[in-house]
Amino acid sequence: MSDTILEMKNIVKEYPGVKALNNVTFKVERGEIHALVGENGAGKSTLMNVLSGTIPYGEYTGDVIFNGNVCQFHNIKDSEKVGIAVVHQELALIPELTIAENMFMGNERRTKFGTIDWNRTYGEAQAAMKRVGLKESSQVLIKDIGTGKQQLVEIAKALAKDCKLLVLDEPTSSLNEEDSKMLLDMLLDFKKEGITSIIITHKLNEVAYCADQITVLRDGQTIETMQNEDHTIDENRIIKGMVGRELTDRYPDREHKIGKEVMLSCKDWTVYHPVYTEKCVVDHASFEVHKGEVVGFSGLQGAGRTELAMSLFGKSYGSHITGQEFIGGKEVHLKNEADAIEHGLAYATEDRKTNGLILDETIARNTTLARMDKISHKDIVNVPEENKQAEIYVKAMHTKTPSIQQHAGNLSGGNQQKVLLAKWMFAEPDVLILDEPTRGIDVGAKYEIYQIINEMVSQGKAVVMISSELPELLGMCDRIYAMNEGRIVGEFNGKDATQEKIMSAILSSDNKTVKAG
Amino acid sequence: MKGKDFVKKYTMVLALILVFVLFTILTGGRLIMAQNISNLLLQNAYVLVMACGMLLCILTGGNVDLSVGSTLCLSAAAAAKLMEGGSSPATAVFVSLLISAVIGIWQGWLIGYIHIPPFICTLAGMFLFRGLARVILDSKTIAVMNPGFLKLFTSYIQIPGVDSLGNCPSAMVIGIIIAVCLTIFMIANRAKKAKQGYQVASFASTLIRVIIFDALIIAYASRLMGYKGIPVMVIWILAIVLIFGFITSKTVFGRYFYAVGGNEKATKLSGIDPRKVYFWAYFLMSLLAGLSGLLVGARIGSVDGNMGNSYEMDAIASCFIGGASAYGGSGKISGVMVGAILLGVINMGMSILGLPDQYQYVVKGAVLLAAVIFDVVTNHKTGKS
Repeated sequence: MSDTILEMKNIVKEYPGVKALNNVTFKVERGEIHALVGENGAGKSTLMNVLSGTIPYGEYTGDVIFNGNVCQFHNIKDSEKVGIAVVHQELALIPELTIAENMFMGNERRTKFGTIDWNRTYGEAQAAMKRVGLKESSQVLIKDIGTGKQQLVEIAKALAKDCKLLVLDEPTSSLNEEDSKMLLDMLLDFKKEGITSIIITHKLNEVAYCADQITVLRDGQTIETMQNEDHTIDENRIIKGMVGRELTDRYPDREHKIGKEVMLSCKDWTVYHPVYTEKCVVDHASFEVHKGEVVGFSGLQGAGRTELAMSLFGKSYGSHITGQEFIGGKEVHLKNEADAIEHGLAYATEDRKTNGLILDETIARNTTLARMDKISHKDIVNVPEENKQAEIYVKAMHTKTPSIQQHAGNLSGGNQQKVLLAKWMFAEPDVLILDEPTRGIDVGAKYEIYQIINEMVSQGKAVVMISSELPELLGMCDRIYAMNEGRIVGEFNGKDATQEKIMSAILSSDNKTVKAG
Repeated sequence: MKGKDFVKKYTMVLALILVFVLFTILTGGRLIMAQNISNLLLQNAYVLVMACGMLLCILTGGNVDLSVGSTLCLSAAAAAKLMEGGSSPATAVFVSLLISAVIGIWQGWLIGYIHIPPFICTLAGMFLFRGLARVILDSKTIAVMNPGFLKLFTSYIQIPGVDSLGNCPSAMVIGIIIAVCLTIFMIANRAKKAKQGYQVASFASTLIRVIIFDALIIAYASRLMGYKGIPVMVIWILAIVLIFGFITSKTVFGRYFYAVGGNEKATKLSGIDPRKVYFWAYFLMSLLAGLSGLLVGARIGSVDGNMGNSYEMDAIASCFIGGASAYGGSGKISGVMVGAILLGVINMGMSILGLPDQYQYVVKGAVLLAAVIFDVVTNHKTGKS
């Protein structure tokens, strides 16, 4: 006799140009641990945002049925009221406040005069912390405990709200082996107490270890739900479900003219986090890119791909950078971004809005920003020339805009991406690093961007393409590197590579965390 | 629709005209008397000059420099003290500008390279330099009487034999020459752009602009003619405004201020060092504050420890009234000048009317608030549609 606590039926959520969720159906039984897996962008977080009310009722279609009732959550408060608690991947704690203050944020314990009842606050917090095995005083500041414990505080916070369904979005992504194991065991304990959990994770060994059922999402659709009551599921079986997408997307052909000449390479490139300087984000990475080659970097979020690229681009990221960087065969020590541009490097960021474009400036001014010297004489800007150049690039890239005087912020995502690419093509680099060049843009614009990449390499340039979409890498790249946790864990020839091979290279390198069984 | 765009683009110009006409009527025409028009710019010299630097600071991200009033006082105090001790005007000017340059390097370095928040850094400077100025002055008032110094900043261009008080044809002649040059420049510039296939405004609208500018220049010149001729201080102001107008609109260097304010991360990834941009903004600001100290010292004829109090606020207000974004990244020197003159006209009009100081503050505050509310509301609307 099955007892369903949550059923999400025919959920559809559209963003401009993309269907994030396409008729998703998702069912969770009472008292189980249900794993939700899928690649980046498969729709896992979007689905949980629908469940928690972060995406309010009315902005999606379909039904959310919790404990037999159809629910209409307009915000997080609504979903919390019925007993759904979501612990997000990025912790929402305030470092300068105490554990207890964080725990009751927005839900403060009050005295009858309306002031905060500190005795109850600290006392109840302490009790909730005990349930997750935290022995600290509830008056300790959040910043003084490690990320692992912060994660536990988040869970304790959820428990303090008397939750019946606990949703954990990648709870172990920043935890070490020991803490991860402890957290999963805790979920198993909660299960005994009757609390149902949904866990989103990329670590398949963890899934096999604790989940009773596994639902696979891919491209905004439910692919399948697998049983795992005996915890013996084969990880390859899950991978197959995650990546089993057909290569229906089309990629423009190009002539492969790969030269012998190495355009960019690095040896034992190691980078530490700029703030948490003991954390290694790129670990002895070595790779090379040849003339006329498109080289892909695959990996999950946080694998260190962006960090590798940015640190190579004039040390624009990281601290304590060691290792050797070569451009055109010669070792270089790039001081800053300007130095990198001068040496023929370009880095088009994954985050065009915050790191790429000046949204309140015109297309023309954005296009020329990285190479103002090309449109100026003795530091005086030649505005007609600037406009002429911008026109040329708008035409070449098929950027849809009424005028080059349009502000970049008024363009659609795909057209903004084209302006960002134009900016870096205007810089005339020899090596162009593209970080997620097709993120969040529609199929037509993607195709045009692939064409632009092909044109770049046909001119004898080299392109490094970082992407979380495996089919895109397989369709475009001559060679593909796989990265995980800061290390390069595999190298594949574009012709022989398959999604399964790359994904298992990435995921099996994860085994230093929890051992299944 | 077109009319709406026009009103939006020239809101502050229209407001200036409105206020000007209003005060002309209220004062029974006294506002446009030769002496008053001549004094309008001189009285506000420090605002016009310092607003140029303040715009650079605001462009970098809505940051302001609160220390300029004190820097101005320190610069003036140093000059006055030196000249009282018998130094030459050249030495005094040099040392004053040197002091302000050092202040600029100091604050620019702290803000740009050490990442001290500008508000706090310049707030500290405001106390620090005010105190130092009073130390130099020994808490006394020092008169500025050196004739060479006064000539450098407060004299009028008068050609002996031709000009006399109340009748200075030289001003009109120079005014006409400038008007003619401007006319030729604007029309030639339009032709050049058209030749290069660059989209230009219609000939009629260019002509209308030329006529308006020429009319303003001639009208101003005629007022100057009717008083003491062209004040040297106007030349100082004009030089600064033109230089900064040129920097912000025509140079790569100037473009960087807009870029940093628009998106600092993207600017950095484009190979531009934001630290340098911050440094130059605060360096140039202090230098202009130092120059303003000399202008104000010469005009008032004495320096005391309270000189320049709250002048920073006038410069900041001018920028925001003139359409600079409170978040940085947008604003023009021309707009800022309109803002500064608007404030100046209101001040002068109310003084002529004999309204006491306290009301002038109320009106100033109201105008600033209205300008910013208008800016935010209209931009918000266009942003949505």
